[in-house]
Amino acid sequence: MSTFTRPSTPAATRGPASRHSTLAARRRSPRRMLRTAGFYAILLALSVAFFAPLLWMLSTSFKTRGDATALPPQWLPPEFSTEGYTTLFADAQAPVLRWVLNSLVVGLATTALVLLTASLAAYALARMQFRGRNAAFALIISTLFVPGFVFLMPNYLIVDAFDWLDSMWALIVPGAASAFGVFFLRQFFLSLPAELEEAAILDGANRWQIFARVLIPLSKAPLATLAVLAFLTSWNDFLWPLYVLFNPENLTLPAGLATLVGSYATDYPAIMAGAVLASVPVLVVYAFAQRYIISGVSRSGLKG
Amino acid sequence: MSTTAPARPTARPPEQEVPSRPRDARLGHPLTPYLFLAPFMLVFGVFMLFPALYGLWISLHNWDFFLPNRPWVGLGNYLELFDPTSLTAVQFWESMRATGLFVLFSVPFLISIPLGLALLLNRNFAGRNFFRAVYFAPYVLGVSVIGLLWQYLLNANVGLVNYALGQLGLEEPIAWLTAVPWVWVSLVGVTVWWTLGFNTVVYLAGLQDIDGTLYEAARVDGASRRHEFWHVTVPGLRPVLLFVLTITILASANMFGQAYLLTGGAPSNQTRTAIMFIAETGLEQFRIGVGAAMSYILALLLIGVSALNFLLFRRQEMK
Repeated sequence: MSTFTRPSTPAATRGPASRHSTLAARRRSPRRMLRTAGFYAILLALSVAFFAPLLWMLSTSFKTRGDATALPPQWLPPEFSTEGYTTLFADAQAPVLRWVLNSLVVGLATTALVLLTASLAAYALARMQFRGRNAAFALIISTLFVPGFVFLMPNYLIVDAFDWLDSMWALIVPGAASAFGVFFLRQFFLSLPAELEEAAILDGANRWQIFARVLIPLSKAPLATLAVLAFLTSWNDFLWPLYVLFNPENLTLPAGLATLVGSYATDYPAIMAGAVLASVPVLVVYAFAQRYIISGVSRSGLKG
Repeated sequence: MSTTAPARPTARPPEQEVPSRPRDARLGHPLTPYLFLAPFMLVFGVFMLFPALYGLWISLHNWDFFLPNRPWVGLGNYLELFDPTSLTAVQFWESMRATGLFVLFSVPFLISIPLGLALLLNRNFAGRNFFRAVYFAPYVLGVSVIGLLWQYLLNANVGLVNYALGQLGLEEPIAWLTAVPWVWVSLVGVTVWWTLGFNTVVYLAGLQDIDGTLYEAARVDGASRRHEFWHVTVPGLRPVLLFVLTITILASANMFGQAYLLTGGAPSNQTRTAIMFIAETGLEQFRIGVGAAMSYILALLLIGVSALNFLLFRRQEMK
């Protein structure tokens, strides 16, 4: 593996101090302690393998061009410089802040549309009787098994017919059709007890009121999970924006970053600055919402 | 509740203001469910259902952006892809080979390493959720960030990886991004680093679902750790294993960004994946009919592989 380096044994001593003295006393057997230490050593070594490249990216983005390729490599910038960022901000061909803004708008709009359309449809499919319900659900589920690239050519022509090429609409509207979202929310709605609705019906509420005042407030956790997953999917989408957006002004971050590799071939601080700008928002969202992301993934399987 | 059979709606009573009984399945207007479904169905219909069929239609025509009309060619696009004298066909199958190799090299690692990690994380210890979150973190970064970061780290002359190997006594710098077999090591390695956490989390959820009493019973019977793994853990994980295997094969077969950003298909298109070639043919040269035909061939193959997976697992169950 790439950056995997075997830790020298002293790392083992960094095992967490046991908080329960009684437990610690019971675990005093040297063999046991060694095993625990080894266990944590493995976990820590792996964490380093995941974090080191990201730290390197951050560090390089604050170096001068010369320092970025200097050997031996420096983990901390010898001379702190924001050159990488200012280069990008000044380049009309690479309006990074514009890309961030585009990505944010597309991500938020897509997420809002996914939540709205999927929750309404999921409610109908989970809680209402009507002709064609099972057929509609089967149709929606079946698309989960169709690989996404099948839609590449036809959707390109459809988006072109709407005159949406090179605009955000090309990303937002097709991205709003989340079959996974419908499936995911329907599962949750089915798990809610029917009595809740019946009480509301006795109070004379109609379907829309039940949906807005009873169901949605009870579904905060699954809605948050779906929102985070939908936002991440949109924020990281690469292939589609690469081919339907053209103007440097209109690119989203992933598509924009791909152009940097060509135009800034060896200006590593600038390239890493772009990568940092694309990662920071996501990692911040992740730090706060990792519970939802991980729970969403454990209950599903949504490969981007 | 969906468990009750859908009652066929009888004639509508006139002007039903208040539902007669709370259990009345038809609440409000009979069109209400369709109104709730409409917004989703509109987007879904236009961008998923319609294109699935429209794509077939496209693939039966010579659909070139630069042609004034789009003549019907029937299965011509498909036949061209099976014609050994056609350059497009040769390049297409080369790209299919690249995708196949990537699936072959990456899937074993993406199945086994996360399983080991999940078993490691499936104990009760301090900081368990912290480590789980750390290992999952790279997955939330998009492929563009991963690509930019690793093309720098793996650069033959200034990259950190070759420097570290040089410290360990490597004489010649390795051309990670331009020479076979190193390009494959890079693509697989980076993909494992990037997506490892995903399968780990799925496995962990599966491990938590295994009935704890089975382990207790095994212990009472004096089963060894290894015995426990093969006779309790593996059977308990069977459905999860099938799921992970299926989505991992699909994800690897969908590989595009890593090759696009890291190797650009080098050397001499050996790492140009099927998705890369389809996108180039259809969306750069605008030979959309051929591009659509290629998409369907690849999709059919993948659906076949998934079906085969299911059948193999089913047969195992029977035994």
